[in-house]
Amino acid sequence: MANDHIDLVVQSGEIHSLLGENGAGKSTLMNVLYGLYEPSDGEILIDDVPVRFSGPADAMAAGIGMVHQHFMLVPVFTVAENVALGAESTTFGGVLNLEETRKKIREISAKFGFDVDPDALVEDLPVGVQQRVEIIKALVRNSKILILDEPTAVLTPQETDELMDIMAQLKAGGTSIVFISHKLREVKAVSDTITVIRRGKVVGSAAPSASTTELAALMVGRAVNLTLDKAPANPGEVTFKVSNLTVMNDAGQRLLDDVTLSVAQGEILAVAGVQGNGQSELTEAVLGLQKHVLGSITLGGTELVGKSVRQILDSGVGFVPEDRQDDGLVGEFSIAENLVLDLYKHEPYSRRGTMDRAVVAKNAVDKVAEYDVRAQSSQDAADTLSGGNQQKVVLARELSRPLKLFIASQPTRGVDVGSIEFLHKRIVAERDAGTPVVIVSTELDEVLELADRIAVLFAGRLMGIVPGKSSRALLGLMMAGLPAAEAQEQMDNQAKEANGTDNSNGTGVQP
Amino acid sequence: MSITAKSAPSAHVDAVAIRSWKVPILLGVLALFAVVVFVVLGPTGTATFRISQDNDAWQVPDLVLPSKAMGIIVSVICAALAYLAYSQTRATGKIAKWVLMTFTIVFVVGLMVWMIGGTTSQNITLVGLFTGAMLITTPLVFGSLSGVLSERAGVVNIAIEGQLLAGAFTAALVSSITHNAFAGLFAAAVAGVLVSAMLALFSIKYVVNQIIVGVVLNVLVSGLTGFLFEKIMKTKVDGVTIYNQPAQLPGIPIPLLSEIPIIGPMLFRQSLIGYFMLILVVALWFGLFRTRWGLRVRAVGEHPKAADTVGINVNRTRVMNVLAGGAVAGVGGAYFTLVAVSSFSKDMTGGLGFIALAALIFGRWNPIGAALAALLFGVAGNLQSILSLAGTPIDGQFLAMLPYALTILAVSGFVGKAMAPAADGEPYVKE
Repeated sequence: MANDHIDLVVQSGEIHSLLGENGAGKSTLMNVLYGLYEPSDGEILIDDVPVRFSGPADAMAAGIGMVHQHFMLVPVFTVAENVALGAESTTFGGVLNLEETRKKIREISAKFGFDVDPDALVEDLPVGVQQRVEIIKALVRNSKILILDEPTAVLTPQETDELMDIMAQLKAGGTSIVFISHKLREVKAVSDTITVIRRGKVVGSAAPSASTTELAALMVGRAVNLTLDKAPANPGEVTFKVSNLTVMNDAGQRLLDDVTLSVAQGEILAVAGVQGNGQSELTEAVLGLQKHVLGSITLGGTELVGKSVRQILDSGVGFVPEDRQDDGLVGEFSIAENLVLDLYKHEPYSRRGTMDRAVVAKNAVDKVAEYDVRAQSSQDAADTLSGGNQQKVVLARELSRPLKLFIASQPTRGVDVGSIEFLHKRIVAERDAGTPVVIVSTELDEVLELADRIAVLFAGRLMGIVPGKSSRALLGLMMAGLPAAEAQEQMDNQAKEANGTDNSNGTGVQP
Repeated sequence: MSITAKSAPSAHVDAVAIRSWKVPILLGVLALFAVVVFVVLGPTGTATFRISQDNDAWQVPDLVLPSKAMGIIVSVICAALAYLAYSQTRATGKIAKWVLMTFTIVFVVGLMVWMIGGTTSQNITLVGLFTGAMLITTPLVFGSLSGVLSERAGVVNIAIEGQLLAGAFTAALVSSITHNAFAGLFAAAVAGVLVSAMLALFSIKYVVNQIIVGVVLNVLVSGLTGFLFEKIMKTKVDGVTIYNQPAQLPGIPIPLLSEIPIIGPMLFRQSLIGYFMLILVVALWFGLFRTRWGLRVRAVGEHPKAADTVGINVNRTRVMNVLAGGAVAGVGGAYFTLVAVSSFSKDMTGGLGFIALAALIFGRWNPIGAALAALLFGVAGNLQSILSLAGTPIDGQFLAMLPYALTILAVSGFVGKAMAPAADGEPYVKE
């Protein structure tokens, strides 16, 4: 059961946040409200009138609009075609009249200061603008209630601020907004009311004035330590070097452009940036998974470019891929098998070409206990585990052999808060054991939590490397494409103008 | 409010590092082929292209070309274009479109002159080439339009062959029994719908792999029509196979238009089915790209979930389109037995349904593109039969292979990236 007798009341003209961990049932609830799923019990009332939705069309007719976490836009259609779809204006005989739609898009654009060209192809637009197209889609249909499902997941901090401005404008115009998020800071900043959901149940509501620790405890169900206790780094010798690394796709586009960085033993370098700015290409190039690579990657003086994936792994690279279900695990295999996925051919797991199942099973029992993997049995299929437990299996495997380099991509995406704590501790422990660590994350909170130094990528280029305690505002500017020096200059100018007043969204300390 | 979202990853194309030499090498090899085959081993004498038929109102004089001289001209132009492609690749990594287009046209002209010049008669009737091609092109167009309809909505239609065959058989049977060609035509459409109803049922309702369902349907229809052909159509009453004597659809020449050289006999001396084809190609193009129906169908084929979230019934749209496709292919099948030949024979569609699939891909899922691709395949197929009749020195089996070689080139994406609808072949199941 994804939702269990949830009661939710949204007042008109308010921003009502739904706070909950990944998998708590927030999206399920909203999909019920939007007519995508049918509730088995309970009812929906709009202005005290019960309504029944048999599909999204009914929900839209009742004035509910939704911006999905994964945008529901056809990439090869223009903005106007996407907005028109399902609510087309037509002339005689069903012939499309897109001019009508374009006019409406321009009106809404002007009203809210969106800069959206009705004739642009959606696939050419940056995600921030695509999100605005989604909002326009809802507004064109006269939505009175707008559901935003994890809208900030794909945005830079600045874009997030802009989205919050838009939400405030909509609210002022009388639209009710349901804001779904697991990010405490954003929920506090924008909400009028907060409802917390855990395991499909409403566990309480809170005022936006509640502290983040209170909200986190409510969300997780126990007190959590939000800040990681981590000793200052003690960097040793620099053993991992990337110089002038360029990665191209088959068409010759530079997905990673002349990136140079290095990581010392006992240090965590976090790579920050909005998704799709070259992070995947960077990690895949190190692993030998990219075809067109220029430049050099050395580990302990050995060149990795041109080596096979097997050779690179054997030289002591541990890798946690960003998509654990596709690249990190074989879902149908058992936990035990997944734990030796890269070691199966070595002693003691196999001898003379035959796997020793007893040793594999013993290893699994040990690892499951050590990493606190919540499973019925270590012989269960990996895809029966929750996201957090799957990630523990991946981490347990990658950290089970002596490493010279550890790379983790999105180590805690879709993982519950309890597991995040554990995974972060393990990563820091690996650093303290003297391994160079590279973390790639699009979650700024995670980057700030773990990093000793932060590298920011934008459009495949390195915007600079800044200390681990840099401010969100600075990182945000870099994530939007400003080189470190320029971003710092802009920050200094703003600070001068404001004459010492604290930056609105800066929680970190300026370097 | 300021917009800071910088234009997203402005990945700039760096042509210096990655270049594909495939095209210049291929052009070079073809140019060399032209020199050796068209000139050195080429025929002497002339090649005559006859444009008008004897009874045409407007007589256009024959085109007589000296084979050797044409071979030399073609070789020189091809070599020059191959060099141009090489230097363009070296400079920018990109070859201008016109270079490829011109090369193709010039090479095909050279090929034709060489082949015609090499036959014993040394002449060819272009009207015959193109009007004869329509015998292959017409069912191909209907088949590929059936594919356009279902694949634009996201259902892969491998069952075109079966739909054509079912249409051909049913048209023959019903037309024989009723002595009414129109009844046969209607029945053929129904038969096509029945085949596609099975495709829709299994691939959409029961989410069976669409390619497997399609292949199985083809085998099923082939077996079923073969069986009924043996059991019913071969039955003789008073020495006549009365169930395989379909009444034919008459040709309806359009005044004036039918007198235009080549195009007239090709397009305006057709039967009802032929004119229906012309209308359907244009109507389907307009429908897909200019109407609400088309926008919704394309959305369902590209991103079914997005379509669902704006209130479009994805699976109903898919079923309707697959059924409509079946009707179209059924009519195409009727062409075999109501227009092209006067009786049904076992497996008479001879794999044209698969060539139609190739035409669909070659034409990039666009009705007009698919029709032009079907025309190309039709001409290539007919050229082969004309050449073997005219006594070409090239082996007949080798010539018969050419349309299929062309098909492989077309389907393997040689003509550029084939852009299938993004959700083509993927069933839509709500969680």
